[in-house]
Amino acid sequence: MNKPELVYTTYIRTTPEKLWEAITQPEFTREYWGGLANVSDWATGSPWQHVTNDSTPEVYITGKVLDNTPPKRLVLSWADPDALDDESRVTFEIEAINDIVRLVVTHDHFVEGSTMADKVSSGWPRVLSSMKTFLETGVGLNAFAGCQ
Amino acid sequence: MDEVFKALADASRRRLLDELHKRSGQTLGDLCQHLDMTRQAVTKHLAILEAANLVAVVWRGREKLHYLNPVPIHEITERWIAKYERHRLQALSDLKRDLESDQPNPKP
Repeated sequence: MNKPELVYTTYIRTTPEKLWEAITQPEFTREYWGGLANVSDWATGSPWQHVTNDSTPEVYITGKVLDNTPPKRLVLSWADPDALDDESRVTFEIEAINDIVRLVVTHDHFVEGSTMADKVSSGWPRVLSSMKTFLETGVGLNAFAGCQ
Repeated sequence: MDEVFKALADASRRRLLDELHKRSGQTLGDLCQHLDMTRQAVTKHLAILEAANLVAVVWRGREKLHYLNPVPIHEITERWIAKYERHRLQALSDLKRDLESDQPNPKP
């Protein structure tokens, strides 16, 4: 069994249900995830996409819903549409601890020679701290400010 | 945020984070091999880093794997560094790295 390669945790003053919506509802994801939306019907086996909010949406990330247990666990396959062979896996785990919620994001199952871990390792902390700010204040951060 | 600063205010704990930055998913045993610290000291420092959420933990069977969790550090950056300053700060930190090392720093 391979070790997971990227593991992030954050504690957010919110409820598991709100956090689940923040991950799965396009109108919420856009608010904190660099303007991009997560779109799917979220049924296990369904496709999902991480897309821009344009009249002709550009797909940044695509994959399938591997497990969907609201509001606790969401597992997605994850690939750049231009490099579908370089597929990895992202798991969101949500756990309520008193009046806060712990979110653990694990990005693993990278294929041999994958470039995805390098691409996402500076992005996840930005997205997760923007998500935390969005859920706690109603306003997301400009998650990718300063990125080229 | 107090916990993050307290956790970072110790050279041994920063070295532990450096070690996890080099190689993620290390066990206590792995970390002890690479650091000149007793097992007890590493255990104590890891507990403080975990409490500050700077280290994330994954259990694989009976093995406890440790990961550097940069999310709280990112929150500190977001709080005090205005977004439009980031480019200039990056340029300055690249310059500092260039000047302090013999090797030129390749542009990303």
